Amino acid sequence: MTEEALQVFIEGVLNYFRHTADKGVKVGSPYLAEDIEPIMHDFTGIIGVSGPYRGSVYFSAPKLLLTHLLLALGEVDTSAENILDLVGEVANTISGNARKSFGREFLISVPVMIEGVIDKLYTPKHTRCFVIPVYWKSYAATVVVCLEH
Amino acid sequence: MERFNKPKRIYSMMVVDDSSVIRRKIERAAEGAFFRVVATAGCGKEALIAFDKFHPELVTMDITMPHMDGIACIERLIAKEADLRILVVSALADKATGIEALEKGARGFLSKPFTQKQLNDALCELVED
Repeated sequence: MTEEALQVFIEGVLNYFRHTADKGVKVGSPYLAEDIEPIMHDFTGIIGVSGPYRGSVYFSAPKLLLTHLLLALGEVDTSAENILDLVGEVANTISGNARKSFGREFLISVPVMIEGVIDKLYTPKHTRCFVIPVYWKSYAATVVVCLEH
Repeated sequence: MERFNKPKRIYSMMVVDDSSVIRRKIERAAEGAFFRVVATAGCGKEALIAFDKFHPELVTMDITMPHMDGIACIERLIAKEADLRILVVSALADKATGIEALEKGARGFLSKPFTQKQLNDALCELVED
């Protein structure tokens, strides 16, 4: 995956959080998952990608970040069900926005949401995974982009 | 300053999105702006059933959904009601998807993520004569 392609996802993350009431979002330096294992959190949304690009996009965040984000969106029901829904929606939005750069052949699945820290990235063999650390308010989240083209 | 005139009356509306959080976000934003949500649906199939039951005047439509996606649902809804006003609200930000939705009969496209003002503006534009 090229630096330009990675930048598309960084912009997607920044764009998502800038649409919340608190726009103060930062991303850390991206790194390869094979060098440093990514920090995965309480809830993870996974989007499968097919077409000329193949792989998956993960958005993983702690419960507190997602609870805060729900409240920032005006949602008062902060149940686990809504937190799962939201983590999938964030993953979907970041991935869907990427079609602006990659075009409609960048086919994305509906999100799969997981509660509990996952210990393994599910991705095609030999696909390199890039990790983008995300900081919003006092919380840290993780975006992992595993794509081959 | 408002970009669009406020609607002259209240319009009935259906919200179609597989995310319940987004459905409620749209409901909250719309109900303060001359729109009354009469039905919600989590996929295209549910939307077709709800449309027959509640006959909303306008619809917000997600694209990526299970069972039946938004593009197929727009085509089916327009076949039932050619004048139905449909606003696509989707994360799919490429031009081709927007054009396809418009060709199937949608009248507007709002990219996720969106603010309440962006949604209100898009809904008001949808019902402007």
